[in-house]
Amino acid sequence: MQTVRQTVSQAEPATLPLPEPGTVVPQRPTGPSAQRRRRIGGVRRTDLYAIAGAIAAGSATTGVLWTQLGPFTGLLGYVIVTWLVTVVCYAALVSLDESRAAMRDRISAFVVHSLAAVLVTALVFVIFYTFSRGWRAMVHLNFYTQDLRTTLATDPLTKGGVLHSITGTLIELGIALGIAVPLGLVAAIYLHEVPGRFSRFVRTVVEAMTALPDIIAGLFIYATLILIFHLGPSGFAAAVALAVTILPIIIRTADVVLRLVPGSLKEASLALGASRWRTTWHVLLPTARSGLATAVILGAARAIGETAPVLLTAGVTGYQNLDPMHGSMMSLPLLAFTQVQSPEKNEIARGFGTASVLLILVLLLFIVARVIGGRGPGELTARGRRARAAASRRDERRMAERRATPAVFAPLPVPSQEETGP
Amino acid sequence: MSQDLVAPPADAPAVRPARRKLVANAGPADKVYRGVARGGGSLVLVLMALVGTFLAYRAWEALSQAGLSFITTEQWNPDGGGFGIAAVIVGTVLIAIVSVVVAVPLAMGTALYISEYAPRWLKRTMIAMVDLMAAVPSVVFGLWGAFFLQWKIIDLSRWIADWFGWIPIFKVGGVERHDPLATMTAYTSSTFIAGVVVALMVAPIACSVMREAFGLAPMGEREGAYALGATRWGMIRSVVLPFGRGAVVGGTMLGLGRALGETIAVVMIISPRFEIQPRVLEHGTSSVSSLIALRYGEASPFGISALMAAGVALFVLTLLVNFVAAFVVSRSRSGAMSEA
Repeated sequence: MQTVRQTVSQAEPATLPLPEPGTVVPQRPTGPSAQRRRRIGGVRRTDLYAIAGAIAAGSATTGVLWTQLGPFTGLLGYVIVTWLVTVVCYAALVSLDESRAAMRDRISAFVVHSLAAVLVTALVFVIFYTFSRGWRAMVHLNFYTQDLRTTLATDPLTKGGVLHSITGTLIELGIALGIAVPLGLVAAIYLHEVPGRFSRFVRTVVEAMTALPDIIAGLFIYATLILIFHLGPSGFAAAVALAVTILPIIIRTADVVLRLVPGSLKEASLALGASRWRTTWHVLLPTARSGLATAVILGAARAIGETAPVLLTAGVTGYQNLDPMHGSMMSLPLLAFTQVQSPEKNEIARGFGTASVLLILVLLLFIVARVIGGRGPGELTARGRRARAAASRRDERRMAERRATPAVFAPLPVPSQEETGP
Repeated sequence: MSQDLVAPPADAPAVRPARRKLVANAGPADKVYRGVARGGGSLVLVLMALVGTFLAYRAWEALSQAGLSFITTEQWNPDGGGFGIAAVIVGTVLIAIVSVVVAVPLAMGTALYISEYAPRWLKRTMIAMVDLMAAVPSVVFGLWGAFFLQWKIIDLSRWIADWFGWIPIFKVGGVERHDPLATMTAYTSSTFIAGVVVALMVAPIACSVMREAFGLAPMGEREGAYALGATRWGMIRSVVLPFGRGAVVGGTMLGLGRALGETIAVVMIISPRFEIQPRVLEHGTSSVSSLIALRYGEASPFGISALMAAGVALFVLTLLVNFVAAFVVSRSRSGAMSEA
């Protein structure tokens, strides 16, 4: 508007007096209008009736089938058949007063909701079940302070604990991460920063290696370190097997995260004259820090829960062993696996308790990963933003001071129009 | 200035400036940096190549002795008699197929729910839960499967076997139809139960791949579908699902690869049986990784070679599945950036 008015007034300044610029507000009818505001979203009462009716019809029909007619048994079958009958009833109910397209929409929404509910319920239930069965063992304090050196399967739960496998898990995890994280990060930086035919080849091999089943990594370490180099089942062998398992995962995740760093940031750094390694160290890695932390923590969560490689390489023991190079070293998943093979009730309770402790460790790692890595590259927390703003203000003040003291610093020559012009 | 703009005479030979050579003069620090990075990459390559060649070399010992019978033999007696992977590979593939059949609808439904139906506050929680599910150790799933699900699901197994037993794969040997006194152990430790437990482990992995692709479906096309009068499901069918088709296939394949290699949860549920057993509801089956986990301890050096040969066969299978997945995902539209 503004520009048009100016052009017109420049062309014919005197002949066309212009009205005062302003916004024309359309006249709205005042008072109660004939139209009512329509609801375009939300749930209608009919929908609720249809759903409730369909579920009632489904469960009642299946109930008749289960109790009166056929030799049907079992809760799971009941639930599944109820669900199928409910879907059919719901389709019939909706099609009474809706078009076919709307009917299909309702049915698919119902199916999608129930599928999501099944998956989430299953997860919650798996975790809840493990804790509820392990609770009997977990309430005793000795479960966390003793090992199993003198505990028999028949002993009461007030004797023996999983301390040796907690330390074993942590030691194995530490060594595995100590091998896999530096190697994985350097390899990911290599794949990202030094492109070429060779790095493409390395990437292909790494992607192929993510397909390596974990038990085969364990078998490899068993056949080399234990059978050929006679290391014996030990924490170190288990840690190397875990490192081989998680190395491709860490490299791949870190590679994906590094690719998310905006190219303009790197180009800006290089254009300012920074060398490549400074760009990597000061731009690439800090920007991708949260994502890299997530990659490492998810790798750690994977390593902590892997049973198969440890089964072949760590050996089984009830003793506390802090030396990773000599002697068997127990870890939590392996202990849970061996304990539940026993027919004794107390031993099975201990197994579930061990699995619960393992689950708690994984949950902790996962929460840490969410807290650190929930943000994309370059996204800051409120605290980080405040720190960044404070640094910016400091810079501004410093520059103002520098301008204010011309005796010490010669003022920069102001660029003239010719120099800056195109 | 203006002289430069005069065109050269037509008959004059075109003079091209000599091409300049561009040399990036990396400082010593950068050379060291590149060297370290390249060294790290090479080390990883060497490590991976070492694993691969060692496995292949040791497996070759067993393979060269067994020859073609390695593929056709069902029993596993490396130190006497024959050994082969016919039974274990079939068992592995069947468990993986059952798990994918169960997991893909669950994963797809959950992915659609998260990307299309869930309210905003629930979305983040659901994403976190599904990711958490992918991090739950397999031994926990194995415990749940062996101690809880197994005894709840055998009723369903029996029901399927009773009513659909005329389909060969649902047949269960050794039990009478509708026999109220039949022992339930004919239905335990079956391919079906192992497959369902593995399905719960692979569903979150497939789900997160699908969810990301569904979320990237272009807004303009979604609104276009709505503007043309589509219902929400119509929009999903015409925009979201075609856009995410590659990710659906890719996520399924990724889950299949994971299901093929799963060890501990399978070991805790199945009871090993060395014959080709295609009846998924019947007691007893076997898989390559459970074979390795159960037999490595008492194996002779040659037995270890044989186990490695089985492992290499499994690795090749998983590798094929993963490469097909990567290929499908990279060819699909959701693999590239959307144009809208």
